[in-house]
Amino acid sequence: MSARADTNNDGRWLGLYVLGYLVFLYLPVLLIPLFSFNNSIQAAFPLQGFTLEWYRTLYGSPALSGALANSLVIGVIAASGATLCGITVSYMDLYGRSPLAATISAIARLPILIPGVIVGISLLILVNLIGLGPSRVSIVLGHILVALPTTVVVMRSRFAAIPKTIREAALDLGASDWTTFRRVMLPLSAPAVLSAFMLSFLISFDEFIVVFFLAGTEPTLPLYIWSQLRFPRSLPTVMALGTVILAVSFIIAGTAEVLRHRGLGTARRNPA
Amino acid sequence: MSSTIAAARPSPETRISPVFRFAMLLPGGLVTFFLILFALGLVVFLAFRGNDGSLLGVGLTSRNFVTVATDPLYWTVTLRSLVIAGLVTLATVVTAYPVAYYLAFHAGRRRNLLLFLVTLPFWTSYLLRVFAWKIVLAYNGVLNSAFIETGLWSEPTLAFLNTPAAVVVTLAHAYAPFAILPIYVALDTIPKSLLEAASDLGARPFTSFRRVVLPNSMPGVLAAALVVFVPTVGDYVTPAMVGGPASTMIGTLIQSQFGKANDWPFGAALSVCVMLVILCVVLVARGADRRFGSRT
Repeated sequence: MSARADTNNDGRWLGLYVLGYLVFLYLPVLLIPLFSFNNSIQAAFPLQGFTLEWYRTLYGSPALSGALANSLVIGVIAASGATLCGITVSYMDLYGRSPLAATISAIARLPILIPGVIVGISLLILVNLIGLGPSRVSIVLGHILVALPTTVVVMRSRFAAIPKTIREAALDLGASDWTTFRRVMLPLSAPAVLSAFMLSFLISFDEFIVVFFLAGTEPTLPLYIWSQLRFPRSLPTVMALGTVILAVSFIIAGTAEVLRHRGLGTARRNPA
Repeated sequence: MSSTIAAARPSPETRISPVFRFAMLLPGGLVTFFLILFALGLVVFLAFRGNDGSLLGVGLTSRNFVTVATDPLYWTVTLRSLVIAGLVTLATVVTAYPVAYYLAFHAGRRRNLLLFLVTLPFWTSYLLRVFAWKIVLAYNGVLNSAFIETGLWSEPTLAFLNTPAAVVVTLAHAYAPFAILPIYVALDTIPKSLLEAASDLGARPFTSFRRVVLPNSMPGVLAAALVVFVPTVGDYVTPAMVGGPASTMIGTLIQSQFGKANDWPFGAALSVCVMLVILCVVLVARGADRRFGSRT
């Protein structure tokens, strides 16, 4: 009895702690939307009054829309590449039964252990060597690399959750490897594919440390923000932009999360 | 019956067609061998070259490493990076542990929602999270105006921004979600029977935490420490934004070698040193994992 009361008590204290932790996590981030509606150049209390002025300046900036378009295109291509690699690498790691596939899978998760600045400079040397130079293609390559560990981890856990018997049944019934992969395994892991794509898109969209080295004349959105942060005058506009990005990121991350859980739910409803 | 069928047909695993295998290994193989291994090889190669302004440098020299080893500046900056990254790692892991514990043992139906809320800030722009701290800590920032508003201070202080402490707080905030997930996964996989056994054998809650839960969650703690330590030790954005000149980190130096300073071979040598330091940390963490964790 008393032990039970104890754990309940612990739970309550821990719950309070978690609440405080969430406040610490969110409070600084929520300042950005708050000040984006504030009618003052300076981000300081007391607030000066409500305005949509900063959002209006956002609307008519060609440099901004250029950077946004760049980020979207790069994000979609890099996310497609990273997701493709994540699917194939983890599939072969689990079912390829070859040391090469296992090695590739291990190396694909290696970028977690390399700081972004080193990923950036190593790719900068590489793209200069092969004549590509800093360009949008180079950024795509960099972002595939940065997102790769995430897509491999997401896809690997999904493939591992599909009962082995399903794939074996398909193969025993005469389906080729390709058919089994395309008609059985891929549809079964569709939610994870989508969630891997969205996560890698978000990674690319927000990435700054690597892109800093690889960008040519056309900046991405984080580079544009970085260039604006130097001018105190443009700070409110940056915060308005930040608010829009926050909102969109929240929506995408939320959707990816829902999809991931739906995927896991299907796996649980169809046990071996 | 089923065994005779299995014997009659080749096992599904052994008959993967070479074309399929090649096509499936190609994208990952290209990326891993070319973009990761070859690119890192280039860095190591460049680190042993002299700087003549050309892309791959000239000659074969160890001068870059000699400079790194003999110039006290690099020792200071490396040491500072290690201390800052170490403090950030300690702070994130220690503060994240109770959250992960709550998620694993107390959250109940709210678990998925909490997990989502905890990881959500990670998906928002890193630059903006760092920038938010600049708003908080600046001379006319939130913290200063709050203190003046409440009458604690009569005038704003410069003491918050441009200090190594600001870098530690900002990085700890930016990487907090990284630490929670690995610890949570480790805690979640501890069999409940283990905890029941401990309490049945008379262990009090704290003893069973110290002797059962903590050792079993060590692999998660070490993984968390690693995923926080690695990106923070090479960070150059946060020191530039909230750190000021007194908190230049090794990432800042590497970045400037490929920018203003324009000495790529030397920057490559610095990068090799950072990778060696990380390798040491990984090996220590591995050793610690073997010693404390995986007691099952």
